[in-house]
Amino acid sequence: MTDLFGRAIRRPSSLTRLVLLVAFSATLMVLDHQGNHLPKIRATLAVLVYPIQFAAALPVRASSWVSELLATEKTLRERNRRLQAERSAHLARLQKLEALEAENARLRDLLGSAERVADRAVVAELVQVSLEPFTRKIVVNKGKRDEVYVGQPVIDAYGIVGQITEVGVLTSKSTLITDPGHAISVVLNRNGLRTVVFGTGAFDRVSVPYLTPSADIQEGDLLVSSGMGGNFPPGYPVAQVTEIIRDANEAFLKISAKPMARLNYGKEVLLIWPGRSGRT
Amino acid sequence: MNGISPMRSITVISATFLVAYLLILLPGPEWAAQFRPNWVGLVLIYWCIAAPGRVGIGTGWLVGIILDLLYGSLLGQHALAMVVIAFIAHKLHLQIRMFPGWQQAATVLVLLVINQLLVLWVRGVIGETATVWPYWTSSIVGMVIWPLVFVILRDIRRRGHIQ
Repeated sequence: MTDLFGRAIRRPSSLTRLVLLVAFSATLMVLDHQGNHLPKIRATLAVLVYPIQFAAALPVRASSWVSELLATEKTLRERNRRLQAERSAHLARLQKLEALEAENARLRDLLGSAERVADRAVVAELVQVSLEPFTRKIVVNKGKRDEVYVGQPVIDAYGIVGQITEVGVLTSKSTLITDPGHAISVVLNRNGLRTVVFGTGAFDRVSVPYLTPSADIQEGDLLVSSGMGGNFPPGYPVAQVTEIIRDANEAFLKISAKPMARLNYGKEVLLIWPGRSGRT
Repeated sequence: MNGISPMRSITVISATFLVAYLLILLPGPEWAAQFRPNWVGLVLIYWCIAAPGRVGIGTGWLVGIILDLLYGSLLGQHALAMVVIAFIAHKLHLQIRMFPGWQQAATVLVLLVINQLLVLWVRGVIGETATVWPYWTSSIVGMVIWPLVFVILRDIRRRGHIQ
């Protein structure tokens, strides 16, 4: 160990270097937070660390591959039958939906409104890595090549998942609606009451902070996206109210809701381009 | 360098950091997220103490910025936190080496908590403040496994003749 003693004195300027690096980090953070200076640099650098992400995701990929291999014919047949049944049920509903969509477009034409209902959607796979604890973000395997953009809505089969916050070349990061830094404008499906849903950092809970005790809201109410703010298309399910605490001493109700999207189960999400019709 | 190429030391040290990143990113169940120690921080602290001639503030910054890129957090957030703990560990490496085991683990706890505190401050400034008590369990787990990390990395250091 003694041979290390000589080296220690060789760095007299460590305090200076600390101050410089701290200042540099602070500058980077300010630039990054303002949002319009660094995205390109970030996207380029993110490609360099992609191999690490890829390697970390390998075990899950391998295990799902192995379980696919070991799946018996019986389970496969069963799954096949279930999917067939679901598919025909969905097709039947889709027929009705298409008729409704056409009718809706006709009615909107009559009203002179140009709003489109159909959205283009692309399936994106999750890159199975865990990110910083107590933030809620996911990595998806679509990037700039697939025309992903910052602010793009991400949904799954059950509701809104979140929005894209960082676009790389091959992958993108999406902030979930449960992230503490995320807010989304919603309306109450039952009566059109407008409010905002905030993430809490917990994976199964969001909060609805700004409603007064006079607001008409009940447990079980569905909150759907309002389309205000422009990022999210209107009408997608966001969360369902699970608990309302009425405290006479508080100016606002304490409302918890459960996200409709299966935020911690799915392996796939949908990226949508609102207002651009056609499916791929 | 006593015949040992500096390139080789750098490769070995980089490899340990790479493993630390993998351990941080490996997917795990939701409830386990809070117990995941800051592997990268632990490895950084070890090398700052054991090989202060090679690993110091600059390495700390680089390691932190890579973490920022992997996490998608604000660029510079973890870099700042890592620089500060690298500085402290580097400054005190002679004392920390002499500490008995439990005292060393306690020092590591303090460093990890400082790291988390800095990250938390930055998050507070940009308005992501939802933090609860389990946030700190990561540092405590880090302290508990420090002896193990220490022994493994010491073995690697001796085999690689890194000074």
